[in-house]
Amino acid sequence: MIAEHLPALQVVVPLLSAPAIVLVRRHRAAWIIATVTSWAALAMAIVLAMRVADLGTISYAIGSWAPPWGIEYRVDALAAFVLVLVSLMGALAMPYAKVSIAAELPEEQEYLFYAMYCLCLAGLLGIAITGDAFNLFVFLEISSLSTYVLIALGRRRQALSAAYQYLVMGTIGATFYVIGVGLLYLMTGTLNMADMAQRLAQVDELRPLIAALAFITVGIGLKLALFPLHQWLPNAYTHAPSVVTAFLAATATKVSVYVLIRFYFTVFAQTPRLHDLPFRELLMLLSVVAIVSMSLVALFQDELKRMLAYSSVAQIGYITLGISLTSPSGLTAATTHLFNHGVTKGALFLLVGVVALRCGVTRLSQLSGLASRMPVTAFGIVLAGMSLIGVPGTAGFVTKWYLVRASLERGSWWLAALVVATSLIALGYVWRFVETAYLKEPDAELPRAGEAPLWMLIPALLLVASCVYFGLETSFNVGYVGEAVRLLVRQGGA
Amino acid sequence: MTAESTIAVAVALPLGGAALLAACHRAPNLRETVTLLTATALFLSVASLLPAVLAGERPSLSLIEPFRGIALHFRVEPFGLLFGLVASALWIVSSVYSIGYMRGNDEAHQTRFYVCFALALATTIGVAFAGNLLTLLIFYEALTFVTYPLVTHHGDDEARRGGRTYLGLLVLTSTAFLFPAVVWTWLAAGTLDFVPGGVLAGHLSETQATLLLALFMFGIGKAALMPFHRWLPAAMVAPTPVSALLHAVAVVKAGVFAVVKVAVFTFGLGASGASFDWLMYLAGFTVLAASLVALRSDNLKRRLAYSTVSQLSYIVLAIAVLAPLSVVAAALHVATHAVGKITLFFAAGAIYTVSGKTEVSQLDGIGRRMPWTMAAFAIGALSIIGIPPAAGFLSKWLMFQGAADAGNWTVLAVLAVSTLLNAAYFLPVVHAAFFRPLPAGDALHGEAPWTMVAALTVTAAATVLLPFVDAVPLELARLLAGAAP
Repeated sequence: MIAEHLPALQVVVPLLSAPAIVLVRRHRAAWIIATVTSWAALAMAIVLAMRVADLGTISYAIGSWAPPWGIEYRVDALAAFVLVLVSLMGALAMPYAKVSIAAELPEEQEYLFYAMYCLCLAGLLGIAITGDAFNLFVFLEISSLSTYVLIALGRRRQALSAAYQYLVMGTIGATFYVIGVGLLYLMTGTLNMADMAQRLAQVDELRPLIAALAFITVGIGLKLALFPLHQWLPNAYTHAPSVVTAFLAATATKVSVYVLIRFYFTVFAQTPRLHDLPFRELLMLLSVVAIVSMSLVALFQDELKRMLAYSSVAQIGYITLGISLTSPSGLTAATTHLFNHGVTKGALFLLVGVVALRCGVTRLSQLSGLASRMPVTAFGIVLAGMSLIGVPGTAGFVTKWYLVRASLERGSWWLAALVVATSLIALGYVWRFVETAYLKEPDAELPRAGEAPLWMLIPALLLVASCVYFGLETSFNVGYVGEAVRLLVRQGGA
Repeated sequence: MTAESTIAVAVALPLGGAALLAACHRAPNLRETVTLLTATALFLSVASLLPAVLAGERPSLSLIEPFRGIALHFRVEPFGLLFGLVASALWIVSSVYSIGYMRGNDEAHQTRFYVCFALALATTIGVAFAGNLLTLLIFYEALTFVTYPLVTHHGDDEARRGGRTYLGLLVLTSTAFLFPAVVWTWLAAGTLDFVPGGVLAGHLSETQATLLLALFMFGIGKAALMPFHRWLPAAMVAPTPVSALLHAVAVVKAGVFAVVKVAVFTFGLGASGASFDWLMYLAGFTVLAASLVALRSDNLKRRLAYSTVSQLSYIVLAIAVLAPLSVVAAALHVATHAVGKITLFFAAGAIYTVSGKTEVSQLDGIGRRMPWTMAAFAIGALSIIGIPPAAGFLSKWLMFQGAADAGNWTVLAVLAVSTLLNAAYFLPVVHAAFFRPLPAGDALHGEAPWTMVAALTVTAAATVLLPFVDAVPLELARLLAGAAP
């Protein structure tokens, strides 16, 4: 039965597509393989998600080696949710890449992009699906290494230094993570996360546990751009090819957040003594600083991609803030924002990529009157921007609702005030774009290129539409993980 | 057609109209026909709900549930219907007016103008029929964003500045105060539905309830309670039809409508234990202070804008009296002020279109050139002051009576003084227009295009006739008061 092996196929198919692409080399064929792979991955993720909804958590033993001895793939609601997000973004990025990558890369390099993209996809899906802490490290490295290449493919020379910077930071992050896992392995003798969680409950020695928690937090914090470990992100997002930025912004940091949630709420769930440590408060503090400072920094950026990149760091702050609240509403806010921010930022980066392709510039100061040249694109940016602000009726509002609710539930008025105040800063930076695009005369140097091809526009607009759709119909982005989240919180967390 | 589907149609009609309008951007005549047809169809569909609502039915419609237990929910109750009727009826008139104004002034982006106008009406109907606080919040906020392109229509620096103040203040208040207030209500009461008698009784202490009330009252920035009133004069950079329908009727009334709705159906007035005294003083202060500013403004639209700020606070003031009769007065004032103020704005726009005059001091003798316009202006002014037979008299009388019944001398004094102030800032305009000589060398002009004159004549006539056909609005207002404890 093929359905039984879906958890393995989910990762193996994109993993094998990468060498296949390198073998065929032809750019058109490469695109076709990557596109088919992405859509197949999406289909598998959806089927898996439905099966999890029907049957509960799916456990799959790789090579039939029973866990905890062999590697276990474990798909619960949260993992399936992340699988759908990642593969959805991949499936939408591919049609866009057809035009966008052709414009940004020389034809003979295109297959490299598609090969690396497939590896990256395999890595990200693998991180979400695996139940093994070391296997997770392997996938983390697969996705990271391919990401360095993807970023370095950017047209300008700065892309190289951005990729290098990320490479240094990312390697430190991965090393920290593996040190943390090593410590846990020493304490428990197992790498299976579920097994590890149970054994940790019997560990008496607190110090190595704290060290492991700290190493993993910092390591994953680097990957998810937790303030102040975010320095690599703005450069990487600014200089990578447009479609890479959109794909990474919507998935890579989100998957890392997922890892953090896994460790905090699954692996360390049954070690209550860790909960006495001020980890939660520390995470909250960092999140708050991230939200406020990065929103303010975004407000003063001229380069649109950079503005959105800083905004991403701030928005990731909302997610980690939700985690740090450790309540059903808080964790709901965090998990739903994985998805909400994924589609919102994905839409925005895709549309900014359209602007970059047509106008050659993405600096606000050079985009005066953009709306009269590219009305659909500009309007799409405004709508997705409203989701970024969290206007009622958009996906961003759903997050804001649960965050404010979680803050008020624990009586933290100042947190609620902070959340609404920073969404007003988001209004500020989104409206800088609105005023530039709509209320200024078109710049004489702004090319009269018109709208981009539908290959690019349609995926972007689908994401824009989902910013509104998932703000009203929340049965997937809130409902699907709702029960899982309540379960996680009940189990406890660091 | 069932009442449920009528609700859906009423919200969807202007949306569909907007899409059609966008499609006809190359054919102005067709576009304007679509506007008029949509407006008429909207009014008819809203009016078709009237018999059922008067008979005591409360048609409702539930759509999806964005949050567990909180649906996107519409429920037509008398006050909402009254607001919907006023807004949709005046949309027809102001569409006729807009055609003359936009063409007469050769405005750019006319299609965008009509599209946004239709969207504004769709969201206004959404506010009017909202069955719970979440639905209200969604449409209330959407109304801000769809009217922003109308406020900044001219696209120049002034429009940009005005738009910033408009959007900034409205979104600031709704995000920072209204939204947390809604979440808090949900946590405290476990429901966001509008229920006669309120939902908060027994859930909050007096201090908490008062704090929540303050969050709501300041959060509903569209009611222009001081100190969050500055967006309203800033919005006057918009073309006059926008100021007339949106900033004298739809947007501002969406604000006071929400205030009344929250005060009656969420707080149940006094039943929540919240103190309304501070609100009374603040609204009274806003009434007087805004009148004084109006008195000192030479710019006609600015004077009208501050007059609106002051009149909106009448409604808040009446609510804060907490007497049933005052609630009737508040609801009725939504309708009477709407027809009076839209007439005044129509007149101001007509004057601007033919003569380019914007200041009160330029209006000497203009009544001889534009007798219809200025006569309508005079009627509108009488209505705002509250002199019979104009409609404003009706609601103001009830306000006086409600305050007197409650023995509330503060409110009586505020009402009396502000009536004098209203007269002081409107009557000199009327006097100058009819009894002062025209300045020498004044450009020769007659009345504005006939569509504009027709529109302002209709609203002026409605202002006078409303007291004679007041049965429906008064009945609707009474039904609202019946819902109050």
